Amino acid sequence: MNLTLKIWRQKNQQDKGGFKDYKISDISPDMSFLEMIDVLNEDLVKKGEDPVHFDHDCREGICGMCSMVINGRPHGPKQAITTCQLHMRSFSDGDTITIEPWRAKAFPVIKDLVVDRTPFERIMQAGGYVSINTGGVPDANAIPIPKNMAEDAMDAAACIGCGACVASCKNASAMLFVSAKVSQLALLPQGMIERKSRVEKMLMQMDAEGFGACTNTGACSAECPKEISLTHIARLNREYYSAKVYSENV
Amino acid sequence: MSWFTKALSGSVGKKLVMSLTGLFLILFLIEHLIGNFMLLKGDGGVAFNEFAHFMKHNPVILVGEIVMFIGILLHVIDGLALERKNRSARPIGYATPNKSAVTSWTSKYMGPFGIIILIFLAIHLYDFFRYKYFSPVDNMPGTDISDLASLVYIKFQSLVYVVFYVIAMIVIGFHLNHGFQSAFQTLGLNHAKYTPAIKFIGSLYAILVPLGYALIPVIIYIQNISN
Amino acid sequence: MSKILDSKVPEGALAEKWSKHKFNVKLVNPANKRKYDIIVVGTGLAGASAAASLGELGYNVKAFCFQDSARRAHSIAAQGGINAAKNYPNDGDSVFRLFYDTIKGGDYRSREANVYRLAEVSNNIIDQCVAQGVPFARDYGGLLDNRSFGGAQVSRTFYARGQTGQQLLLGAYSALTRQVANGKVKLYDRTEMLDLVLVDGKARGIVTRNLITGKIESHSAHAVVLATGGYGNVFFLSTNAMGSNATAAWRAHKKGAFFANPSFTQIHPTCIPVSGDHQSKLTLMSESLRNDGRVWVPKKAIKGLSAKDAVSLPEEDRDYFLERKYPSFGNLVPRDVASRNAKMMCDEGRGVGSTGLAVFLDFADAIKRSGKDVITAKYGNLFDMYQQITGDNPYEVPMMIYPAVHYTMGGLWVDYNLMTTVPGLYAAGECNFSDHGANRLGASALMQGLADGYFVLPYTIGDYLANMPNEKVSTDHEAFQTAEKEVKERINKLLSVNGNKTVDEFHKELGKIMWDYCGMSRNEEGLKKAKKMISEIRKEFWENVNVIGDNHEMNQSLEKANRVADFLELGEVMVDDALQRSESCGGHFREESQTPEGEALRIDDMFSFVAAFEYAGDNQPEKLHKEDLVFDNVKLTQRSYK
Repeated sequence: MNLTLKIWRQKNQQDKGGFKDYKISDISPDMSFLEMIDVLNEDLVKKGEDPVHFDHDCREGICGMCSMVINGRPHGPKQAITTCQLHMRSFSDGDTITIEPWRAKAFPVIKDLVVDRTPFERIMQAGGYVSINTGGVPDANAIPIPKNMAEDAMDAAACIGCGACVASCKNASAMLFVSAKVSQLALLPQGMIERKSRVEKMLMQMDAEGFGACTNTGACSAECPKEISLTHIARLNREYYSAKVYSENV
Repeated sequence: MSWFTKALSGSVGKKLVMSLTGLFLILFLIEHLIGNFMLLKGDGGVAFNEFAHFMKHNPVILVGEIVMFIGILLHVIDGLALERKNRSARPIGYATPNKSAVTSWTSKYMGPFGIIILIFLAIHLYDFFRYKYFSPVDNMPGTDISDLASLVYIKFQSLVYVVFYVIAMIVIGFHLNHGFQSAFQTLGLNHAKYTPAIKFIGSLYAILVPLGYALIPVIIYIQNISN
Repeated sequence: MSKILDSKVPEGALAEKWSKHKFNVKLVNPANKRKYDIIVVGTGLAGASAAASLGELGYNVKAFCFQDSARRAHSIAAQGGINAAKNYPNDGDSVFRLFYDTIKGGDYRSREANVYRLAEVSNNIIDQCVAQGVPFARDYGGLLDNRSFGGAQVSRTFYARGQTGQQLLLGAYSALTRQVANGKVKLYDRTEMLDLVLVDGKARGIVTRNLITGKIESHSAHAVVLATGGYGNVFFLSTNAMGSNATAAWRAHKKGAFFANPSFTQIHPTCIPVSGDHQSKLTLMSESLRNDGRVWVPKKAIKGLSAKDAVSLPEEDRDYFLERKYPSFGNLVPRDVASRNAKMMCDEGRGVGSTGLAVFLDFADAIKRSGKDVITAKYGNLFDMYQQITGDNPYEVPMMIYPAVHYTMGGLWVDYNLMTTVPGLYAAGECNFSDHGANRLGASALMQGLADGYFVLPYTIGDYLANMPNEKVSTDHEAFQTAEKEVKERINKLLSVNGNKTVDEFHKELGKIMWDYCGMSRNEEGLKKAKKMISEIRKEFWENVNVIGDNHEMNQSLEKANRVADFLELGEVMVDDALQRSESCGGHFREESQTPEGEALRIDDMFSFVAAFEYAGDNQPEKLHKEDLVFDNVKLTQRSYK
């Protein structure tokens, strides 16, 4: 396959950045998308040019590091996979592929396609945990949990924190990310104790980071590589109202 | 800020206000539509005028009217604030639009639709207040009931006004198509059993109600031409 | 036992060693804990759990990871599950059985006391994780579900769908996050450790590079924990993450930490085969596939046999080699046996696919027997993943699989306290060598990482700190300055070579040598050849590598170059170790040491030891030390799967 790549190049956070076109030839359909960029980068290095920087690590769809908007879609044209799981057979010879970084005020570009996702860290630090220390916990089977509830919690917990929800949302909202954690811990008895303060604090941090608000468009869930459902956002909303009504945090 | 205003000023809080005021306005649309249909009764507008008269002099309705105006105001203010916040959340946009058809396109333009509706509403309310307080309308002969219907019939003789009205109704339809079900989602009401029904009713509502509104000026206009 | 290598295993009966030791260790007064600083490098299961637990105790912790978030460490990719001796299914499991299975599975090349402790704390891990909100699979009654895994005879594996590693890591990450919020842990993401700093012979800090700004910084502490994972990426192609590297462990090794059993590598049989030169990493598919899939190659070599053509190949022309050679275990033989046999078939020229480096894993019979729905329910997501990567539909044509490097049992040598040979330097998780001997059992890596971090290090580090004054060493100290200078010089050197070959080209060359000569089967001649070749590549690397860019901004070529430079040194020690150990054991198969039937032959009277290598200076042969392994509680037997 021969392709034209239109890639966002930006030297650093201060640089204005812009698109640059690259021609690339002899691409095998068996290559993964990132391997195709590896090939481009090897070429660039040979020519003495700075390779295209992008985040990636596990290359099996679970670490959440890879982050590219390919032809307008986070993680590319296929549903329920990450960029690293995308293969070149999903493209055709002669295609022009536009590759951009995640775009959001809260996720500034560090270099080329690499963005800063530390706002997610701060949201998690605001309450995405159960406050227990190591040791001194009850036996694992002390509290039975209905199977369907454990499954629902697992659906939410599957979030890989990649940020595709933010990247795809027209408002760059982080609601799906926040809802996944709030929902997981709201469903499990272990999360009950801090249920109210958790949702209040995490949402407050989310707002402070400059993400947009949710308008229930559903793009987040549609582009989520782990197909996290909008029902978790609904649960997040319920948790918030109930916290605001019942909690004693004035 | 008190805990209450704080609760309503976060992004979820603002959405709650949008949802509640939105649902309230959805209900109001039905009441308004019932009144409008009386224009088509063929009695020269008597029923419509009596209905308007009742509404104007019933204290409960008057309180409701105030609540409604507050509702509209909140919906507009929070809507604009959210639109602004949401736009600023992505200062640099994408070069390629997302062409996947997985999300409804109406949901993407709630803000712009809202602004068009706001313009329509401004003209509409201008008339409403003008005739209500500043340039009183003549009474129907032999009654103390204002003859608002005649005014409406005259307005709808203008093709420009009718077209404008119909376009506004189409936009309201789009706005409702997403807004109806979105209001429930914002309230946290998302359920495997009921959400499909909510979405269906929402889409039906978004078609039928604006259609009802739009039919009235069209019929009046056609009747007027054929007379 | 060698004098230098004192394992510090406590006296007493096996089952009481850890309890006694916990009582005997010195404690740091609660009010004094805040006066001690601890550095934890790596935020996988071992690192995150250690940093969180130490922070909870009151120490000041600095945690480092090279990824953009602590949640992305490669523990996250573990699929299968985590073992524990809970015996919830009432099927005869016990701490001793888990201990015994782990020792035996490791082919008797691990330390009894460490493995027993691992089995002992395994139950606490499950309790801890559930309390954190890890959504383990449950049964209809609401209690935790278990499955049997990797040929174990009891069901002791806890799991969260096929994402157990992810869920456990997110649990540890949440605990870590909580300590960050509490101010007890300071987290440095996108920061890579490039050197260890010793003051008066003790580990007192590290030198790091900020991967965004390139800034070289020093961090001082009273103790340093390395939880930096394994070194499978020496092979270039492995199931490790792209960033997984040995740099921290290797730099520590060069500062005096011995490297133990470097040649012990686990090669997993069910990976998706290499599709071409562009291949950047290999994808593992769950071992469970072998429960229903039948492994075969054609009886007579057919060049480039595709999966599509294989469907019509008559039964009598197929060789179900595992079923033929191991009638009682069949397709379920252990990982190393399955891997080695696949390689043998390919070496005979009977491999399939365009590269000839693959064997079939066929579900046609299983689908015929149980129906497509049953197979979909069991393996649907794996089949989808396979089709996504290869473009073949496994419901219609056989899968192709080939072994790939998966885990490294070797690592920094540690004593019972998980301390390396450098005082104050600890190693945890895959980074150390301690618990898996020559072969790791399925679902045991997660167990070990969390055991080390949650339940071992918090005790043993306290013991060390209680014995040392709490004065801090300034990063202006000469030792830090020297280390920083060396790191900067090395970076400048890498940037100034301006040669003709890319870093990846060197890495691929190294990987191929390691795979060909120090992979699934090894012999003296090949290893000697490999040693020579590696040292030549290493020489060429420093003369001809091309690293683009500079050190003052994000520079992924530089990051890679730094790591590959270390792999080039580590690879040679792996070969040294494989050479000296002329027996076969676990994942290490020496062709010279096999039974008449061609199976691995262990030689216990000669090789019942841990090989620990000491760095002896640049281009000097590493010095081998031996820690003899004593088995008081288990009887050594040869494995047999016939």
